Amino acid sequence: MSEPHTVTAYDDELRWLSRRLSEMGGIAEGMVADSLTALINADTALAQRGISEDLLLDQGEREIYEKAVLVIAKRQPMASDLREIIGSIRIASDLERVGDLGKNIAKRVISIHTMAQPKKLVRGLEHLSELALTQLKEVLDAFSSHSAEQANSIRERDEEIDAIYTSLFRELLTYMMEDPRNISACTHLLFCAKNIERIGDHATNIAETVFYVATGQQMTVDRPKDDDSANIVADPVE
Amino acid sequence: MNMMSEAATEKAVNAPADEPVIKMRGKDVCVFYGPKQALYDVNLNIRENAVTALIGPSGCGKSTFLRTLNRMNDTIENCRVTGDITLDGEDIYDQAIDVVELRARVGMVFQKPNPFPKSIYENIVYGPRIHGLVRNKAEMDDVVEKSLIRAGLFNEVKDRLHEPGTGLSGGQQQRLCIARAIAVSPEVILMDEPCSALDPIATATVEELIHELRENYTIVIVTHSMQQAARVSQRTAMFHLGVLVEEGATAKIFTNPDDPRTQDYITGRFG
Repeated sequence: MSEPHTVTAYDDELRWLSRRLSEMGGIAEGMVADSLTALINADTALAQRGISEDLLLDQGEREIYEKAVLVIAKRQPMASDLREIIGSIRIASDLERVGDLGKNIAKRVISIHTMAQPKKLVRGLEHLSELALTQLKEVLDAFSSHSAEQANSIRERDEEIDAIYTSLFRELLTYMMEDPRNISACTHLLFCAKNIERIGDHATNIAETVFYVATGQQMTVDRPKDDDSANIVADPVE
Repeated sequence: MNMMSEAATEKAVNAPADEPVIKMRGKDVCVFYGPKQALYDVNLNIRENAVTALIGPSGCGKSTFLRTLNRMNDTIENCRVTGDITLDGEDIYDQAIDVVELRARVGMVFQKPNPFPKSIYENIVYGPRIHGLVRNKAEMDDVVEKSLIRAGLFNEVKDRLHEPGTGLSGGQQQRLCIARAIAVSPEVILMDEPCSALDPIATATVEELIHELRENYTIVIVTHSMQQAARVSQRTAMFHLGVLVEEGATAKIFTNPDDPRTQDYITGRFG
């Protein structure tokens, strides 16, 4: 944001949107971190906290929608202001979805850890979680600093998450084939892994929005895609 | 006349199908009011059958530029125009140009509706009559009806054509002025803040009219309402302190302008 508007109340409204969105980002990030830690450490109390925080994100999204609609009606924004307001709406939706995915992971923590030897199975998800969380953190930084460059590098890195997700998919499939008693936990873990991969996708969406808000240009279409799990089949046991 | 048709042929031959046709061309246009310079080397092309919006803060030169396009500046004392302005390739400041004929080809609608203090019928038929476009009553009736239909006013006034034009509402008066401008079959219509004295409903009817007229006319509109420029135009030119800052597709100018001055002006940040 360069110079202030002639109408200062307009600046206040834009600042409100940006601040509320940062708050949402903080909550989403904390919630995902809690859910993943809960998953890895079998901490059901922490998982419960993650579940309850989802409400705050739903509320944040609603407030941002209402405010953005009101600002559009009142100010008829143009150029960078318009892009910023439309961007706020999109990012709020992405963060709300991230919250839903985090909540879904938290809900599974309890089921997963009632089963035998989950620790070994869970370990595979640690690296994926770290990556997704880093993506989320950095995209929120890129948003607050309006950095198109940072947004660009975040999107590039989504490829790595997709690749790890594909290999995890294989690994969990193998565990299930080894011992049918693993099926229940592994199925939950597969959903967790998918959720984490989706969180990475939302971080990418946010990066694309940040890039558009900052530059007025859409990112190029050829987004890196390395999620090959759709092609994996388990060989039938002889 | 010969020159005009030659220029028209050249235009048709040189323009490939998807390339926009340039109706009017301003090259290095400078305008001086006495010693004071109001416009500095403006280079702006006006596309045919498109609406070009001129925007910018008060005193930026947008109305001055508009007025150079049909030599309305001639009526202002001490006003001097340099550079070239062409209509279909023909220099409109040429000695040989008949200014009255030029203004028939490049019509104008003003900020405040200014119907003549005569009947609706007489308001419209005045121009065609002095230009010798109508010869008898039947032709006059015809031009009145057609112009009013084009201006979207016919149904509202058809039963009171011989009542004074000044008795109409503001929005109707402005559409009457547009009908009057259309009556002489102009090629270009210049509009200087045509809606600034109108309420939102009347503004909407005029904007709807501009949208329809675009198919057959080239329109240049000066407006203080950024939203109006964004709604009605395909091309937008931004002026500031007598300089053309930026010209481009309206969709681009209002979502992602190149020049920071345009950005500041349209987002309401001008100091």
